[in-house]
Amino acid sequence: MINELILMNGYGPFVWSAFIFTGISFVSLYLIIKLQLEKETNKFTKKFNKLSPEKIKEAKKQTSFKELLQSSV
Amino acid sequence: MILMLNSFDPFKYFSKIKTLKKYVFIIFIIILIIGLLEALIFSPEDYLQSHSVRIMYVHVPSAWIALGIFSLIAILSIGSFIFKNKHFNLISKSFAPSGFIFSIIALVTGSIWGKPTWGTWWAWDARITSMLLLSIFYMMYILSWRIFSDLNKANNYSSIIAIVGVINVPIIKFSVDWWSTLHQPSSVNILSKTTIHSSMLIPLFVMTAAFALFSILIFLMKYSTELIKIKNKGLDRL
Repeated sequence: MINELILMNGYGPFVWSAFIFTGISFVSLYLIIKLQLEKETNKFTKKFNKLSPEKIKEAKKQTSFKELLQSSV
Repeated sequence: MILMLNSFDPFKYFSKIKTLKKYVFIIFIIILIIGLLEALIFSPEDYLQSHSVRIMYVHVPSAWIALGIFSLIAILSIGSFIFKNKHFNLISKSFAPSGFIFSIIALVTGSIWGKPTWGTWWAWDARITSMLLLSIFYMMYILSWRIFSDLNKANNYSSIIAIVGVINVPIIKFSVDWWSTLHQPSSVNILSKTTIHSSMLIPLFVMTAAFALFSILIFLMKYSTELIKIKNKGLDRL
């Protein structure tokens, strides 16, 4: 059963390489986009924490900033 | 309608996008596992192509989604010119990476499928060449966002690339009917009879659903990144 699944009448190398390439592409793209998201989130958090108390107050008043802060901090 | 589009504030939905990402990821994993079991184990082998037909379950959904995403990008680009709404460009930009990867997967898996079926890895026939052209358009679209630092220029050039590139989409679709190609004609048709058995059609649709969910997941992640980038710029201006 396992041999049949791996070899697939001699077509195994073609079938598996197609599926493995697809898998690698999925994982690579997911990781790249995730890294970009984390990088930008960290940048935002760092910048926000460096703000003066008045500017933090001003930023927190804005709904969009509130939403971002709830999700990132 | 136009007013609604122009007053839409994506930042209000930021935390909802984060929750949505989690659900999409879980559903994607479940459907992918079902799809892989169907594609690799439960679906029958083809009487002519034997087990090599299983490559179809990654090749065809990738090609469909690559074409679908590019069409969507082109529609949104036209919309951005008509409604002067830059939010359309932001959505298009966030869809582009998954569309590009799917076009590459379609080309590579098609090439792998070509070797046992046609005896060659590559042929410059109409379907394959037009699909390669789609990948090039995707690359140009993504590069235009990196090349132009001015946002207006990037918006305009990327939109023009998408609008010009969408001419290639019907060429890809009908290339197998218009020209004599090595590539087989469509087996799954909306307007005419589908020539593929349900035992193969169901896994194909399951894998398409999984791939579509993956592109939605990547879109949501990229879209969140773009929103944070805008807010980062906003913090500088405070």
